[in-house]
Amino acid sequence: MKILVCISKTPDTTSKISFKDENTKFEDKGVQWIINPYDEWYALIKAIELKEKDASVVLHLITVGQNDCDPIIRKALALGGEEAIRINAESNDSYYVAAQIAAVAEQGNYDIIFTGKETLDYNGNAVGGMIAEILDLPYIALATKFELNGDKAIIQYEIEGGEEVCEVALPVVVSCQEGMATQRIPNMRGIMAARSKPLKVIDPVDATISTHVNRFEVAETKTGVTLIPADNVAALVQVLHEKIKVI
Amino acid sequence: MSVLVYIDQSEGVIKKPVYEALYYGSLLAEQLNTTANALILGEVKEDLSALGKYGIQKVYQVNHTSLSTFDSQVYAKAIADIANESNSSIIIFSHNQSGKTLAGRVAIRLQAGLVTGTIALPDTSNGFIVKKPVYGGDAFAYINITTDKKVITLNPKSISVVTKDNVAEVIPSTIEVALPKVKVMATNKTSSEVSLTEAEVVVSGGKGLKGPEHWGMLEELTKLLGGAIACSRPVADEHWRPHYEHVGQTGIQVAPEVYIAIGISGAIQHVAGINRSKNIIVINKDPEAPFFKVADYGIVGDAFEVVPKLIEEIKKLKSIV
Repeated sequence: MKILVCISKTPDTTSKISFKDENTKFEDKGVQWIINPYDEWYALIKAIELKEKDASVVLHLITVGQNDCDPIIRKALALGGEEAIRINAESNDSYYVAAQIAAVAEQGNYDIIFTGKETLDYNGNAVGGMIAEILDLPYIALATKFELNGDKAIIQYEIEGGEEVCEVALPVVVSCQEGMATQRIPNMRGIMAARSKPLKVIDPVDATISTHVNRFEVAETKTGVTLIPADNVAALVQVLHEKIKVI
Repeated sequence: MSVLVYIDQSEGVIKKPVYEALYYGSLLAEQLNTTANALILGEVKEDLSALGKYGIQKVYQVNHTSLSTFDSQVYAKAIADIANESNSSIIIFSHNQSGKTLAGRVAIRLQAGLVTGTIALPDTSNGFIVKKPVYGGDAFAYINITTDKKVITLNPKSISVVTKDNVAEVIPSTIEVALPKVKVMATNKTSSEVSLTEAEVVVSGGKGLKGPEHWGMLEELTKLLGGAIACSRPVADEHWRPHYEHVGQTGIQVAPEVYIAIGISGAIQHVAGINRSKNIIVINKDPEAPFFKVADYGIVGDAFEVVPKLIEEIKKLKSIV
């Protein structure tokens, strides 16, 4: 059994979001980078749990990015996985990123490819489905539970207004979200071991870059709250009725 | 070179955000001097020709037993085949669960650039520049799609729909449909009648409610407002409520007409999942709760006193109206 987990870096959730170079680039000064939480808490930890159940599982991590991603990849390796692959390229376009990961995945004959459901910066929800389509594999998005049953996977995932459970034969691509696994903190042994784990840096394959960010714009903040006294709840009901018109 | 909108349906019912996507598609077609068509996989109770009122000219319909299971591989192939057959160069999905699942696959099949979760019509004066929220809604990106074909997903509640007097032509399609590889074993739907992502009103509870036994009043309030119920992450983590009710950056993202947060302090991660709501109402006994900073209306007060009063006042108003 071989598992590939896709990892990306993202600014810490409490980072102040601003832009530089005439609003064309993210201002990364003073920003703390973290492993994208969906990739870490749900995709990677789930893969580690599967490896803990079955020691023969081979677990590889992959990222697309420049060498500033290396600390994040090492942090991920501190949690688990035997080796990591970094495709040395910019990761600004989902089509391009998916093509890179699919090229490696195809060579490696992985049984399961896990991604996070989206990254916290671009909120794209795109790469998992794209990898699956390039490799002609089934794709289960927004998974909340994952169990193996021989050469099949039993996967629970979100649908509008609830959840569904399906069975699918491996290999499969799965995008992960809350529910898949419980967050962990790397221990000292893991951190030490991660230093000597292989991190292979490979060149990207030729692929189309299909989108380009022209500029960013910081969202306007709210002007201020209208407070209603707690003993005048009727005033709030008037707002719901007359202004917001939901009653 | 026309526009094609995907009609998402489940159990024979067209999903609510689809109507907005259809209208968005027709506006985009108008902007580009072309036509907007739509496609549906499977059968619905609704009269499809009536979708003409959203500006749609043709509705391609594929009926096949394989389509009763949602397998993204099977669906994406069918959508891409119809897109090719109808000479469509822009494909639009709603940015909901199925749209998120299908858009990437269809983009690859059509070798199209993809931007997900747009909130406005693209600027096509020089390129094809799509606006979308990024960084959990703290910023917007203007992204140019440079490929000939384009796939976009539309965030629900982005534009207001205007209908006109038109009838669409329904065209049964006979494209080949593959067998699904995915087998659905079980479906669990929430008790609330309105789904969280489609609800106009979302009533959400936090740790301030002290325990799962106090959710009755929230359920009553939700029902009175015809909304959907939600919760904060700690509530889901404590298993007071199922995690599919958890809204926030790591949970479900919502953009209702009004979001009512009760006993939720308003951590950045929570706000990131709800900040596209048109109106935010916060009820919290702590006047320093960060949620008040992003709220439109607020009541500083104990939820156990305010919510029952709110229910009573709404009932009073409803008996008059």
